Amino acid sequence: MDVQTWTFALVIASFALYVGIAVWSRAGSTKDFYVAGGGVSPLANGMATAADWMSAASFISMAGLISFSGYDGSVYLMGWTGGYVLLALLLAPYLRKFGKFTVPDFVGDRYYSQTARLVAVVCAIFVSFTYVAGQMRGVGVVFSRFLEVDIEIGVLIGMAIVLFYAVLGGMKGITYTQVAQYVILIFAFMLPAIFISVMLTNVPIPQLGFGSMLGGELGAPLAGGDAVYLLDKLDQLHRELGFAAYTSGAKPMIDVFCITMALMVGTAGLPHVIIRFYTVPKVKDARISAGWALLFIAILYTTAPAVAAFARTNLIGSVNEASYASGSGATVPPWFQTWENTGLIAWLDKNGDGRIQYRAGSPFDGKPTFAEARGPVGQRMVGNAPTDNGNELYIDRDIMVLANPEIANLPAWIIALVAAGALAAALSTAAGLLLVVSTAISHDLLKRTLMPDISEKKELLAARLAASAAVIVAGYFGINPPGFVAQVVAFAFGLAASSFFPAIILGIFVKRANREGVVAGMLVGIGFTMGYIVYFKFLGGAPSDYLFGISPEGIGTVGMLMNFAVAGIVSRLTPPPPVEIQKLVEEIRVPRGAGGPTAH
Amino acid sequence: MAERSEVDERAARDSYWKTNLRYLAVLLSIWFVVSYGCGILFADALNQLRFFGFPLGFWFAQQGAIYVFVVLIFVYVKLMNRLDARHGVDER
Repeated sequence: MDVQTWTFALVIASFALYVGIAVWSRAGSTKDFYVAGGGVSPLANGMATAADWMSAASFISMAGLISFSGYDGSVYLMGWTGGYVLLALLLAPYLRKFGKFTVPDFVGDRYYSQTARLVAVVCAIFVSFTYVAGQMRGVGVVFSRFLEVDIEIGVLIGMAIVLFYAVLGGMKGITYTQVAQYVILIFAFMLPAIFISVMLTNVPIPQLGFGSMLGGELGAPLAGGDAVYLLDKLDQLHRELGFAAYTSGAKPMIDVFCITMALMVGTAGLPHVIIRFYTVPKVKDARISAGWALLFIAILYTTAPAVAAFARTNLIGSVNEASYASGSGATVPPWFQTWENTGLIAWLDKNGDGRIQYRAGSPFDGKPTFAEARGPVGQRMVGNAPTDNGNELYIDRDIMVLANPEIANLPAWIIALVAAGALAAALSTAAGLLLVVSTAISHDLLKRTLMPDISEKKELLAARLAASAAVIVAGYFGINPPGFVAQVVAFAFGLAASSFFPAIILGIFVKRANREGVVAGMLVGIGFTMGYIVYFKFLGGAPSDYLFGISPEGIGTVGMLMNFAVAGIVSRLTPPPPVEIQKLVEEIRVPRGAGGPTAH
Repeated sequence: MAERSEVDERAARDSYWKTNLRYLAVLLSIWFVVSYGCGILFADALNQLRFFGFPLGFWFAQQGAIYVFVVLIFVYVKLMNRLDARHGVDER
């Protein structure tokens, strides 16, 4: 069977599995719909959390991002894992003890304030939509690359599947589907990584391979007979071609520090992650399931930097100075032309020598536009105006993961598996986010704010309708992506870091924290963070004006500190919270007595 | 056994919470040192040292910190389960 047939077969089989799980685990009550009945085992919850967390971006883009930024890419690795330590130690057990269903539930009840609840609801919806648009787009992109259907059709298929299992099964359906999706995505990520590791270093464990000597089918020619470490070779190649060293950074240290902190704290404050810890039966289970979640995430997150280094080394080694058409000397490998045909690689032969020179800097402005005709050696002709540096090569960083199986000459079914894995990653995250949006509307907005007398049955119906509406809006953004999707990711983490995180931490650890303090803190934190991001991302603020050199991606850290400071000071100056709230805080600090999540 | 008085109850809870905070302080210090310390602030200095084929600071930033994070959570779970049982606040 060829790649296309395999891909269809695996994608259809995996979709059938998701639908089957949804029918088996459909939700019968709001408790099922919001928190899977509160009866998920910690191991299953850990796996589901991992799939929920690892998005299309983690699966497809992250390794590529690291590949092109080297050490600076570490901010994503540490930032998107370190947050789980904060979650496990500072949030998950206490929120589980508190019970109920959502993050706005906690903020609204702990601070006895509908204003605080509403601020939390708006943030939860905004953060989740920001994220989900990217996921639906990811589904479309995978379909278009592997199955040659239009991105729009791909998005529609993805919508239909998510609609079916999220609306029918709610959190219960999503949780068990995510367990299956985790298994698929981790196999799809690890298999090619292991093969590439063997081909470049002869070591079958990627985490060890990228600290080993070059060797194997692809590695030995690069080493040229010397015993040399892969990372040393990579640093040497980088120096020769004018790139910054791979293993040490180019970003200012304070920026690396702040971005890592914003991502960690943001991770711990993201509602679709927090909500997962309401689904386990006990406080004890909430703690351990955060551990399982991070373990399952770490498998991919420690492999990604290895894949990044392998792909980078192999790319430079096999492409730089290779001639495009076969002839004298080294020729580009066949995958080069395959991906050139998709437009993700482009080569502009500036000096007309028929060889590819790969140097620092962009070869031309913007994304490539191709002419119909082929060039003198058969390459696709690029219409963009060349820049005046020596670099001739354009590479979309996503192919670092997508092209891996081809680079390693793996069989067709593994290439198909990568497609199914990327879809699993995108769909699982999308479903988790859509659930947050629907819960925020049916539970936080309707039940807790506007229509407290709504019946259980009607609330469940509202949740299903809200989920459907959310899928449709997300699909719309997937088909017509706003031009600023990449920029708004900074928003999601910045907002989560500067709003939820301080509010929840203070709610648990500082009994004196009151309504006035926390509302003021959230408004200052959000206001500052949003203002900074909008100014530098949309209103043309120049990087030279960054506050202490901190980029918008890292500014959530400063917003968070301002939130803490303002909340602390205002709380001191205003009356303490009522006695029953202080009792509530004492209650959530001890595990005993945690029942199932309760309706009110 | 007689019902514990309210004063005892409160004292027990206070000591439970204080121990919990001490655990958190120690574990989060380690969390900070391996990521922000070894992986960022002292990364350049540590890069002068080798760990197999890795510069050490780079290894902490892309591998080591993540391994330590996982271990930290499991250690915390172990400590807390013991503490819960000792203070009689574990779930039955």
